[in-house]
Amino acid sequence: MLSQQLVNGLVLGSTYALFALGFTLIFGVLRVINLTYGFYFSVGAFVALAAARELGANIWVALPLGAVAAGLVAVVADWLLLTRLRRAKAGELASLMVTLGAVLALYSLMAVFIGTDIQRFPFGFVDNSALEFGDVRISTVQILIIGTTLVLVALLFVLLQRTRLGLMIRALAENEDAARLMGINVGLTVAAVSFLSGMLGGAAGVLIGLNFNAIQPFMGEHMMLRGFAVIIIGGLGDIRGALIAGVLLGLLEVLTAGYISSNAREAVAFTILVLTLWFRPVGLFGRAQAKRA
Amino acid sequence: MPVWLDDFLFTYETLIHALGVHGLLALSMYCVMAVGQLSLGQAAFMGIGAYTGALLTLKLGLPFWLVLPLSALAPALVALVIGGPTLRLSGVYLAISTIALGEVLRVLYINAEGLTGGALGLSGIPRKADLWLIYLLLLLGVVGFWMVGRSKIGRAMEAMREDEAVAGVMGVNLPRYKLGALIVSSMLAGLAGCLTAHSNSFIGPNEFGFEMAVTILSFALLGGIGTPVAPVIGAMILTALPEVLRPLQDFRLVINGLIIVVAVLFLPRGVIPFRLRRAP
Repeated sequence: MLSQQLVNGLVLGSTYALFALGFTLIFGVLRVINLTYGFYFSVGAFVALAAARELGANIWVALPLGAVAAGLVAVVADWLLLTRLRRAKAGELASLMVTLGAVLALYSLMAVFIGTDIQRFPFGFVDNSALEFGDVRISTVQILIIGTTLVLVALLFVLLQRTRLGLMIRALAENEDAARLMGINVGLTVAAVSFLSGMLGGAAGVLIGLNFNAIQPFMGEHMMLRGFAVIIIGGLGDIRGALIAGVLLGLLEVLTAGYISSNAREAVAFTILVLTLWFRPVGLFGRAQAKRA
Repeated sequence: MPVWLDDFLFTYETLIHALGVHGLLALSMYCVMAVGQLSLGQAAFMGIGAYTGALLTLKLGLPFWLVLPLSALAPALVALVIGGPTLRLSGVYLAISTIALGEVLRVLYINAEGLTGGALGLSGIPRKADLWLIYLLLLLGVVGFWMVGRSKIGRAMEAMREDEAVAGVMGVNLPRYKLGALIVSSMLAGLAGCLTAHSNSFIGPNEFGFEMAVTILSFALLGGIGTPVAPVIGAMILTALPEVLRPLQDFRLVINGLIIVVAVLFLPRGVIPFRLRRAP
């Protein structure tokens, strides 16, 4: 049974990692805790759902549609909410509060118009066969989740390390003023980072929507707890840390549910969040950073 | 009591209770923001107070004068555990861990069915939170904060809000003030929770989540934190508004959220570095 648990944990963990990746990218480059991030997750899932229902799209169309839509929403949200604060060089708390207010408004609007009932993808949206290796069962959905996560993570690394846009993003992460002086179009780079992270969040929304097959407006809110835990455990802004911490959290949750109790599972994320803050506040892989006044 | 007043109180009893309780919540938010911190756990602390109060009354049958202080103590203990490590770090960590606290507690309330009634919540809580008690506590809170604001402690808090590094250099014991503020604010929120439980006679797991946390923040931001009275007024406006304008009711949370956005964006230096206006 342990091997089956490990597979399930790995699948869950990779969705957490994917979700947290976009969140940590925003913090690492733009230096804001953007709480509207959870909303992109819901947007991705709902756009994919609408595509599947209204257009009869299959997963290969619905997944990119959801991701791109979430990316666009992210660009608009960032532009509306944070441009002004960025220009005024306001602190992290101000941006945290703006996005907090905005995300409540957005979820509530969505709930008013769509309703809070749990919705599901149409039957047969993804075929529900499974591969069996000995006594371990891996469903098509699970393969799809792990595969998509691997591909997206690989693409992100290539983009950041090998392309000109990646160079711009890394320069911005290093120092905004210096980047601007070097002739980097900061506004464009910020939009690109928002789009990328929105896409990651949206894709995670579609995949987790598929995994649990339950979609409703506030789903992103519940996911944010995992997002916080993962980025704090991995170190704020640390991409590799987010990947490892995401998988770790997924595994721990599944093992807790399997061997202790399914109720205890929900407390796992918070417990390791507090323990990390207590014993190793820079995160598992973070380095101590000089405090900026 | 004149008849019209009696009628008025009868019709609007819930609203009048809510106005006072939300005033207390706004004060508890003010208390953390006054030292330049952001806690999003006020709703969670309120929930702890509400559940503690309700359970002590329902399961143990303790008298209300004992239940009320105990339900302020319970969230204070949690604040100590959460705040201890996180306050040593920058404010973002406190904000994140307090949001997370709210989420976890909601799940706990739902899952600990034997104790908390699960998703159905607890009902049949005796109505013991009298109107005078709520408003007396609110008055004490406002006067207390006003007096602290004019003392040496108040000046230290103001210094912290304006520039933490400088305040630290000038000898302000930053961790002690931050933790103290968080604990006092959690106690106020706990009181508010206990009063809510004993005036609505019902509490449920979803009342103390993310929405409530943001709503409490919007109280403080609408009023501003210039004086302790300001957030209380903010709370009263935001509580009364949906009652007065019925069509707004569906959009109540949307409005609360937008108020925060507007308040933070269009106040030049953000909201945390608000300046306390010195009394003339």
